[in-house]
Parts: sequence; structure tokens; C-alpha cells
Amino acid sequence: MNRKTRDTLSQALRTCVYVIVLAFFLFPILWIIATAFKSGGEFLQSPPVWIPRTPNLSSFRHAVQVGGLNALASSLIIALSTTVLSLIVGSLAGYGMARYRVGGDNLPFFVLSTRFMPAVAVIFPFLLLFRSLKWMDTYQALILLNLTFNLPYAVWMMRSFFLEVPREIEESALVDGTSPFGAFWKVAIPLVAPGLIATGVFCFIFSWSEFFFALSLSHTRVVPLSVFLPNFFGKMMIQWGAVGAMSTIAMVPLFALSLLVQRYLVRGLTMGAVK
Amino acid sequence: MTTRAAISSDALLLKRRKKLVPWLFVLPTLVVILSVTIFPTVYSLGLSLFKWEATLQDKPFVGLDNYIRLFSDSRFLHSLWVTAVLVVVGVFLELVLGFALALFLISDKRPHRSIVALLLLPVMVMPVVVGYTWRLLWDAQYGPINQMIGWVIGRPFQYTWLGKTNTAIFAILVTEIWQWTPFMFLIFYSGLSSLDQELFDAAKIDGASTWGQIRHLSVPLMRPIIAVAVLIRSLDAIKAFDLVYTLTGGGPGSSTETLSFYIYKVGFQFFRLGYAAAMAFLLLIVLSVLLTYLMRYLKAIWQ
Repeated sequence: MNRKTRDTLSQALRTCVYVIVLAFFLFPILWIIATAFKSGGEFLQSPPVWIPRTPNLSSFRHAVQVGGLNALASSLIIALSTTVLSLIVGSLAGYGMARYRVGGDNLPFFVLSTRFMPAVAVIFPFLLLFRSLKWMDTYQALILLNLTFNLPYAVWMMRSFFLEVPREIEESALVDGTSPFGAFWKVAIPLVAPGLIATGVFCFIFSWSEFFFALSLSHTRVVPLSVFLPNFFGKMMIQWGAVGAMSTIAMVPLFALSLLVQRYLVRGLTMGAVK
Repeated sequence: MTTRAAISSDALLLKRRKKLVPWLFVLPTLVVILSVTIFPTVYSLGLSLFKWEATLQDKPFVGLDNYIRLFSDSRFLHSLWVTAVLVVVGVFLELVLGFALALFLISDKRPHRSIVALLLLPVMVMPVVVGYTWRLLWDAQYGPINQMIGWVIGRPFQYTWLGKTNTAIFAILVTEIWQWTPFMFLIFYSGLSSLDQELFDAAKIDGASTWGQIRHLSVPLMRPIIAVAVLIRSLDAIKAFDLVYTLTGGGPGSSTETLSFYIYKVGFQFFRLGYAAAMAFLLLIVLSVLLTYLMRYLKAIWQ
């Protein structure tokens, strides 16, 4: 075998591996999206139909009728509020730690460690507290609990972004008489804008996907997507079409957002350990 | 004299204010973190020392009773076992597959940015959706997995994967691996692409085999990154809840219950908050051991 045919052969082999790997990782996603577009009986056919014969939106319509849009709105409100709060409070602290070395080396690591606090370790005191405050099934309760893991994350990420920005520009602003807060808001924040956006996107993704707290606290009024989905699992049958429709609605925004932060993906997922 | 004293006291005031201002940046975060994580954790510890049950009029102090009872609770011990399987077997396979995949893509000279982007999609899907999607895939009647097996063996195949203990755990593992192998892959892929290529060229000139290069160059150089990836994944896997809830609901029976899932049941369905808090606290202790290692590696990487 000469070199050229061997190269072509190995390239063909590689392509085969790519196809198999991609098929494995994309098949479930494609399957649930296809399920969303199947008609009434199609998703309850055995053996299953792969591609909907007459793709239609009846499952989406059904999901919307039983409150799908409310769930979408709840998810948006919770995720957006958590993100904005985490960014405001978190970038202040990240700035303090990066520029003034508040708390030395240990405070940032301590704050980051609280990011990994198990939800089951904090939920019961909050359950008792929210019951007495009549905060069960409310936005403020869920937003507050989403802060438990998003705020430490935002602090840690923003600190790392501030550390990368040269401090000279802020120092000259301070010499010119700008207040410390002015230097933070007018000088530093614009410099870390891409990092701020990336951190925000990750906070949004984390709170959008959150399940445990939502399951523990929501009943009927505030029902985000993650706890709305189980509604389609009845004792007698499962409405797979509606599950597919709501899953698609929950997935697609995150896919779009992840494209937006493609450059920061590794950094965001590894707490900045890998850039 | 007086003016100098005034100046120096002014300077002192300014200095003190300068020291105070940085803390103002951090203060809101400290208040939130102390009240939403530290306080409830300490409260949980307190709760675990009481026999706090919804059916009881008064909630007596029982000391370490809740903790002692854990050791004879077979359902708790089994949930520990399931959690351990998910963490050890699951994370290990994710590590191996993710690393292999990263090496495979790195060794390809052609550009593969779109492949990387597509591979990452599973990480972005909310775990509840992942769970329900795979529940459909595993379904005995409506699932394509049985259908495809049927094609291979040439006759209709109907197996209730999620209805039998062993295959239910297997199904959870496969699902977990499906979602998180891309996470490992992405980390290793960007780690490997940042390695100094000259080292590998030198090794090649010295006649090192591909396997030798991986064993003696890639793996040692990647050690801190591998450690961070494994620790972050383990910290998440040890809290596994969403997938179990959506795929099997802990069943059949209670055979696929993880620790978090069992704690949830004890707390929210049996309303035995004292006992649930004791288990949660135990989980916290295991977690903090892993966390210490993660922090150590992160510190080393950052300094």
C-alpha cells in the first residue's frame, strides 16, 4: 500500500468514527425534537416511528394550552433575576478581591467552595423559614435559593476577569479624583464587559436548568419549566408529544446562548481553571 | 503645630477609609452567602440533633441518635452504594472516553470546530430534559433502543430497561455518561491544544511511539487539568438527583435511589427533617473532603 492510499483510508476511518460519535451524542436530542412534531398517535406507536410523517404543531398547542407559556415566563423571570442579582453583587465582590485583595488568598476560595454546597443541606431550614413567611411557591424564594450557587460562581469568575485587566487605567482615574466606586463602574466594568456577559450567560443557564429547589418549593403559582415537565407523566399514560414540545422549548434557547459564549465555554465550565 | 496635627489626623482618617472601602465591595456578597449557605447549613446541623418529625407534637433533642440510626438503615446504605457507583464508575468512564475523544480530535489535522460545537450540545441540555428524553429512548414499547436491538437480532425485542434493578442502574450510568463525556472532552481538548507542540516534535525525533507520547507527555502534562475536571464532575455526581428522579424515580422499589434522592424522600415525603438533615450533613462532610482537593489544585493552577 503506498502512502497516499493509506492516508485516504485513515481519513475514511476517521470520518466513520466521527459519524458514530456524533450519532451517539446527537441522537437523543434529535429524537426528542422529532417527538415534539409527531402527531397524536405517532408518539405512542410501537415500534416507534423515527421521522414524523406529517410534522405538526399539535403537541406545542397542547403544551401551551395547559400552561406551557406560564412555565416559560416563570423560568425567564427566575433565571433573569438571579443572573442580574448575581452579576451586580458578584462583580462588586470580585472587583474588591481582585483589586484590593480583600480577604487575601483564602476568601475567594472560600466563596467558591460554597458554590458546591449540596442543595439538600440547605433546603430544610429554608423550607421551615419559607413556610412561616408564606413564601412557598413564590419568585423571591426561588431567586434567593438560586443565588446560593450562582453568586459564588459570579464572584469567582468576575474576580478572574478583573485580575486580567491592567490596573494602571483605574489608578490614573483614581489619581484624577474618581471615587473607588467610580473607577469600578466607569473604568473597570467596561473593560471586562465580555467576561461579564459570559458569566451572566452561565448564571442564566445554571438557574434555567435548576430542578431541586424548584421541585421543593413550587406548587401551582410559580412553576418553571423544569418542574412543569413532570406534569405530563400521568398514572395511566405519558404525553410524550407534549414532553417533546416543552423539552424543545427548554433546550433551544440554551443552545443559542452557548453559541454566544463558545469562546468562554471551557473557562466557564471549569471555574476558570482551564482557559 | 495644630495644622500638622490636623493634617495627620486627616491622613489617618483617609487611610482608615481607604481600608474600609474595599470591604464595602465585598460586603453584600458576604451577607448573602452567610445567610443563604452558611446559616442554613449550621441550622441543618442543629436540626439533625432533634427528632423533628411532622407527626410529632414536640421535637425532642436526641443528640447523635439520628446519626447512629443511619448505620442500620439499609435503604440509606444502599443509596450510598448507588451514589458511589455513579461517582466512581460514571466519572471514570467519562474521563476515559472524554480523554480518548480529545486525543482523537487533536490528532486530526483537519479543522473540526463544528464537530466540537456539536459534541457540546448534551452539556447544555437541562438535566430534567435529559432524563425524560432517555426515559423515552429506554422505553420498552415506544423506545428506539429496543427497536434497534430488534433489528440486530432479527426479531421484536421488548425489554423494560428501567424496570429491573441492574439495567436501571446501567441506564442511569449510560445517560450520565452521555451528558458529561462531552464536558470532559471539551476540557481535555482545550488542555491538549494548549500544550507545547515542540515537546511532541522532540519526542517524535527521539522515536517515541504515539502511545509513549500519550503516556509520558500528554498525561503527565495534563495532570492538574485532569484532576480539576474529575473533581468538578465528582462533586456534581455525588449530589445526583435530577436524572434519578426523571429516569427511574428511584425504582424499581428503592434500588436506584441516590443519597440526595433518599434525603429528598425522607424530608419531603416522610417529613422526618431531623433524620434527613443528619444524612445531608454526612454528604456535606464527604463533599468537603473532595472540595479541599479541588481548592488545592485550583490554588496551584492560579499561582
